[in-house]
Amino acid sequence: MSQINRIKGGLIDRSKTLNFTFNGKSMQGHAGDTLASALLANGQVLVGRSFKYHRPRGILTAGSEEPNALVQLRNGAAQEPNTRATVTELFNGLAATSQNHRGSLEFDLMAMTDLVSPFLAAGFYYKTFMWPAAFWEKFYEPIIRNSAGLGRLSMQEDPDTYDKGFLHCDLLVIGAGPSGLSAALAAARSGARVILADEDFAPGGRLNSETLDVDGMAGADWAAQTVAELATMDNVRLMTRTTIYGAFDHGVYGALERCTDHLPGSGGKPRQVLWRIYSKRAVLAAGATERPIAFGNNDRPGIMLASAVRTYVNRFGVTPGQKVAVLTNNDDGWRTASDLAAKGVEIAAIIDTRDRPAVCDVPGARHVRSAGVVDTAGRKALKRITLTDGQMIDVDCLAVSGGWNPAVHLTCHQQGRPVWNEKISAFVPGKDLPPGMVVAGAASGALTLAAALDEGRKAADSQVKDLGFTPSKQAVPKAQDEAYEGAPKWHIPSGKKRAWVDFQNDVTVKDIKLSHREGFKSVEHLKRYTTTGMATDQGKTSNMSALAIMAECTGKSIPETGTTIFRPPYTPVPIGALAGRARGQDFRPYRLTPSHEWATKHGATFVEVGNWLRAQWFVKGNEKGWRDSVDREVLNTRNSVGICDVTTLGKIDIQGKDAAEFLNKVYANAFAKLAVGRVRYGIMLREDGICYDDGTTARMSENHFVMTTTTANAVLVFRRMEFARQCLYPDMDVHMISTTDAWAQFAVAGPNARKLLSKIVDADSQDMSNEGFPFMACGEVTVCGGTPGRLFRISFSGELAYEIAVPARYGNSLMEALMKAGEEFGACPYGTEALGVMRIEKGHAAGNELDGRTTAHMLGMGGMVSKKKDCIGKTLSQRPEMNREDAEKLVGFRPVDRSKKLIAGSHFINKGDEATMANDQGWMTSVAWSPSLDHSVGLGFIKSGDTRMGEIVRAVSPVHDTEMEVEIVSAHFIDPEGERLRA
Amino acid sequence: MIINHPLLGPRDVAEFIYLGDACLIDRPDWEADDAAEKFHEYGYIRDNIAGPMQELWYHEQGDRSWLVVTRDTITHEITDVEMARDVARTRGRSK
Repeated sequence: MSQINRIKGGLIDRSKTLNFTFNGKSMQGHAGDTLASALLANGQVLVGRSFKYHRPRGILTAGSEEPNALVQLRNGAAQEPNTRATVTELFNGLAATSQNHRGSLEFDLMAMTDLVSPFLAAGFYYKTFMWPAAFWEKFYEPIIRNSAGLGRLSMQEDPDTYDKGFLHCDLLVIGAGPSGLSAALAAARSGARVILADEDFAPGGRLNSETLDVDGMAGADWAAQTVAELATMDNVRLMTRTTIYGAFDHGVYGALERCTDHLPGSGGKPRQVLWRIYSKRAVLAAGATERPIAFGNNDRPGIMLASAVRTYVNRFGVTPGQKVAVLTNNDDGWRTASDLAAKGVEIAAIIDTRDRPAVCDVPGARHVRSAGVVDTAGRKALKRITLTDGQMIDVDCLAVSGGWNPAVHLTCHQQGRPVWNEKISAFVPGKDLPPGMVVAGAASGALTLAAALDEGRKAADSQVKDLGFTPSKQAVPKAQDEAYEGAPKWHIPSGKKRAWVDFQNDVTVKDIKLSHREGFKSVEHLKRYTTTGMATDQGKTSNMSALAIMAECTGKSIPETGTTIFRPPYTPVPIGALAGRARGQDFRPYRLTPSHEWATKHGATFVEVGNWLRAQWFVKGNEKGWRDSVDREVLNTRNSVGICDVTTLGKIDIQGKDAAEFLNKVYANAFAKLAVGRVRYGIMLREDGICYDDGTTARMSENHFVMTTTTANAVLVFRRMEFARQCLYPDMDVHMISTTDAWAQFAVAGPNARKLLSKIVDADSQDMSNEGFPFMACGEVTVCGGTPGRLFRISFSGELAYEIAVPARYGNSLMEALMKAGEEFGACPYGTEALGVMRIEKGHAAGNELDGRTTAHMLGMGGMVSKKKDCIGKTLSQRPEMNREDAEKLVGFRPVDRSKKLIAGSHFINKGDEATMANDQGWMTSVAWSPSLDHSVGLGFIKSGDTRMGEIVRAVSPVHDTEMEVEIVSAHFIDPEGERLRA
Repeated sequence: MIINHPLLGPRDVAEFIYLGDACLIDRPDWEADDAAEKFHEYGYIRDNIAGPMQELWYHEQGDRSWLVVTRDTITHEITDVEMARDVARTRGRSK
């Protein structure tokens, strides 16, 4: 197919021909075309099917407000649904397919829905899919799911990358039409840092689409000259293909820049960038959107907005039809007629809904006064229109102008409500604008060119003056004000013919009247009942008309009926752009332990623990499953020695004269009297008395403590302690820093731990004997011949154990040194699983037990909460209900049948009782297979557990549909007397 | 949003963690006769303020200052930012 509708003129580069396909058909366009203009040039009027009735649809607009011309762009993984052809820049090799039809676009099998449309009016969904209930899952839902949505996702991973960025400016100018260019130029000349953003690839706005002059030259030329000047200025950032999609608090604007969407491929560059723009001030110069008029069968391909028709003719050198009629309620529609006539396009008729003489002379055009269109013909392309007086005119394009709606969207993003302007019959920005914003040009309701240039200039001057710049003295660009008057006409009564208001969601005038009849009269109800304005175009061409028709029904004025406001985003923002680089492994930052490199080389499987990747277990030899490795690691540690990287535990360095007193406040148990060189286990409460975190704190010197927290709570505990320090005890002499990342720390556990460490810790720095360094001792040491380190004799496993710390940069080397020194004892590394098994065998509480419901009383640590001092959580932890005799207490469990495996999450029920919530005795928190005991062991909370040793209860898991008998035992399965760790 | 940090100047809200009503500074006296009642109020009872409200924000991705930010919960306008430590001292907190 050749470009049969291409005419002379336009801002396209005819020397560059671009090949593209639509539904597999090869077509050609030129550089500077949009997909929409290229389709029209090739005579492709039918471009899609409507959402509900599958009506044939064509292009309605020439901008981002397009409701009809949504296509799937590109192939394979890069395929993108619901792309507006009107803003898609043509590139060589572009492949587009139409959406929402079964079978071909021309013969859509789903078009039968149009025949049953009387049953599909507004609210049919709520009325139809009510009964019988059994029909829902098998019948209704599959049908609805199948017909829902427009385009289809590729279901493959997005092959492109997206980025995020931050920009700062004095003045953000939104829109590069006449007022935006005027504002940006004046502000830039004053010296202010300016960002000028426009969604189009060619700045100029309507100047590129119209035949108006500025400063004695064609508007498009003036725009190009202005842009060229701005491009030379260092204080200006010109952002084309960039949509400002939201106005957020304190002058922050969201922007989406489409960097490579106009190219055949992204070439490895980010496809789109999501910018956060910090502006001191902003000028909104977003222009206005033309609105259609509703009349019978007004949705046929070939019926377009008048401004769009002249855009295709003037900017793209394409005529949407060979014989065109114009339907207008205002003077501006006449300009489309005269522009087309000037380009040699035949104008069959100008139908003006007003009783007024001709606005201008359009050669060859019939002027029909006080008239309208009531019906149209032509299934896949417009053939004929029928006027109110019954006469029929054969045309293949109807240009409709129903007046203009200022693009007030961004003014509403912070609760702003537009106000009604009678003069232009439209909503204009109210007084409650986002702070720092001024609106200029058509967006403020100044619909004519000279006014737009002037307003843009004034807005910029006032804004830069407020910021301390001297406004530019150069003259405002000169232009004429064009005729723009109109008389509102929202719809033309068309008998039983359906007249569309919202093209994308298939909402008709009848639907709005039905909504009114059924009591959904408020704008909010109207919207939800009919779904008008709820499609991907968010009602840019329909909200206003729907509101006006509802006003007609209620007999109230439009402002009395309501207003239509908008939320971000202005146009859709891809999820990929919002995600940016935060995808897959990079969804959030991840951290590696100091011995990660060593672990990788030695068979470690890693697990995510918070942000950290920790070794979970180490596969050795022919071990088949994780249990083989974990059992070996546990037994090896208990029988000889094992080494585990415990760097991820939070470490907080606390110093100051009041450090001890401060610890007394944040820990429930007493710390003030802890001796230098000793470590103590501590428990922290929340202010409501629930246990929060636990760990050990070592007193390195009189005024210096080193605290450890759990891995998960490292950040939160530090935050809470800063709160206590600054907000509760502001005069305490205490300072702290997080040293989690600064020190690599390893647990060395097992009967041979001392022997191993004696080879690592320099003998002259620490006496390693049990007397010289007893259980719960700590001290500064040197290791491996002078490297500074810290040694703590603490044990999570229940074995003779130490934790040794060195500056993080020596961590990997220390791991190697420890393993080498441990060779003679058969030392093994162990991961988080073996760590978990050993702490369960020893009966130590961890995250599973400290789950936000646990009191110190339940843990058997009620006595630790000091009576003599205040601490966070103390008062509320004393509440009677939290200290009941029959509270669930932490104890151990073992299966009566030792071959069975316990199930975490099981609930305990007394023998003979029914397994109901009323009979619930508690729950199992942690279970593990104990290789030391050769049976399953568990920890859990059960009512009065501490007094029920030896009792048999049932552990019931309705989730697994199992139950088994378990015996209540001490939580300390291993070495209950603590002889090993003191050895 | 942008919070004008008293020491560091304007900073993006993403650098901060929100805690809540600055009444959390006014921790009751544990030795008072009605301590249980007062701690109950301190822990659970909050005004749901529509308008200017003093709030605690923590500059976690920054200098770790706790700030008292006076923010209008309707408009998000911020009219005052103070170091929480100074506020705490003014409200009589010490050690």
